[in-house]
Amino acid sequence: MSDPFVSRGFQGRRQRSESAQRLPPGQYLVESFPVLSAGPTPHTPLEQWDFTIVGEIDEPRRWTWEEFQKLPHESITKDIHCVTKWSKLDTTWTGVSLDTLLGDITTSADYVLAFSDGGYTTNLPLEDVTAGKAWIVDIYEGGPLAPEHGGPARLLVPHLYFWKSAKWVRGLRLLAEDEPGFWESLGYNNYGDPWKEQRYAGD
Amino acid sequence: MALIRARLAWQRATVLELIDETPRVRSLVLDAPTWQGYSAGQHLDVRLTAEDGYQTERSYSVSSAPANPHVTITVERLDDGEVSPYLTEVLRTGDQLELRGPIGGWFTWRPADGGPLLLVAGGSGIAPLMAMIRQKAALRSPVPVRLLYSSRAYDEIIFREELDQLVAAESELTVAHTLTRSQPEGWTGYSRRIDRAMLEEFAWAAAEHPLTFICGPTPLVESVATVCVEMGYAPERVKTERFGPTGGAA
Repeated sequence: MSDPFVSRGFQGRRQRSESAQRLPPGQYLVESFPVLSAGPTPHTPLEQWDFTIVGEIDEPRRWTWEEFQKLPHESITKDIHCVTKWSKLDTTWTGVSLDTLLGDITTSADYVLAFSDGGYTTNLPLEDVTAGKAWIVDIYEGGPLAPEHGGPARLLVPHLYFWKSAKWVRGLRLLAEDEPGFWESLGYNNYGDPWKEQRYAGD
Repeated sequence: MALIRARLAWQRATVLELIDETPRVRSLVLDAPTWQGYSAGQHLDVRLTAEDGYQTERSYSVSSAPANPHVTITVERLDDGEVSPYLTEVLRTGDQLELRGPIGGWFTWRPADGGPLLLVAGGSGIAPLMAMIRQKAALRSPVPVRLLYSSRAYDEIIFREELDQLVAAESELTVAHTLTRSQPEGWTGYSRRIDRAMLEEFAWAAAEHPLTFICGPTPLVESVATVCVEMGYAPERVKTERFGPTGGAA
């Protein structure tokens, strides 16, 4: 575009500077916790729930809900950024680090595909879910994670747009080759870095 | 492998017409010369820029039929909003807007996708569903459509007259309204929040294998989607989208 664009008569509402610095480009702050899902909320009974790691791995791993509860949990406070433009600061979660779940696994994989009840998937580089960057969380703000927010457990990868933090997550498929997930096949960015505003394919 | 696609570029559009749909809702008919084809149900991003360079963005569903040459968005004014008061109160015919899109490839319907369609809307959640209804009418698609539309009050029903006209003209379109807060005298529609009894009365039987689109506030979307699954609808054919106030400033 040649001349800089100005929206006639638009003033805007700027955030306080400390909050503004934590907002990626194009995002606005919310206090609430909006719900976005592509379909009905699944309701899997806990006795039928498990978390598995499959794919490029000699022996697939599996944890029942009871076994998952016994794994070391940690508390996490992070800002989250949804591709639909809202950001929420200082959200608090409790869950199991993927470093714990992937800890002693040897794999040739460079990518993971998270899969969920209801058929949702999302893809990530393996290095984006290791070294303290991702968790399987089952507690939000001190209470059990509500079904509409992904309970009983969801993936939390807060450095990427929030669609990567798959709700109702049931496992990870370790992959040698990248494979686009649900939204990544429907026009959204394959990686989704909010600070680079990678919302859509080609961004 | 992921598809390599061209970036969706920001483009300038000119406001051709402003239509006051209800006291709180305005449609913006846009002339967007570089806007590409899209599917009913998709949305676009609007970016506003202040004189000092401050920018903010929001997403709005397209309410016009893809068959219509002018893309239209339908915006509900949120009193504590940053963008919607500008779009509904400040913006004038002839002003320019920056936008990019179309966005979203899931909550979409093309006539070839078939049906029968169950559309369930709450408030301004009607916008992407109206694009589907308008597209069906424009292309004379024979796919049967049932729309169940929840509004707070009679004068808050968006597209009421147009829906009445379409129902009169289209034998395969059925519309039921429910008014949750107040009803005019002699109201013959529903007068409560959408519930299982209402859906069992109005919606398709599961055996019809319907394709369902639900758009509105989260409690409506959650409860209607849950009832659809309980009624035996295939979950992968129940598509949802949240719309309207997020509780924050939109």
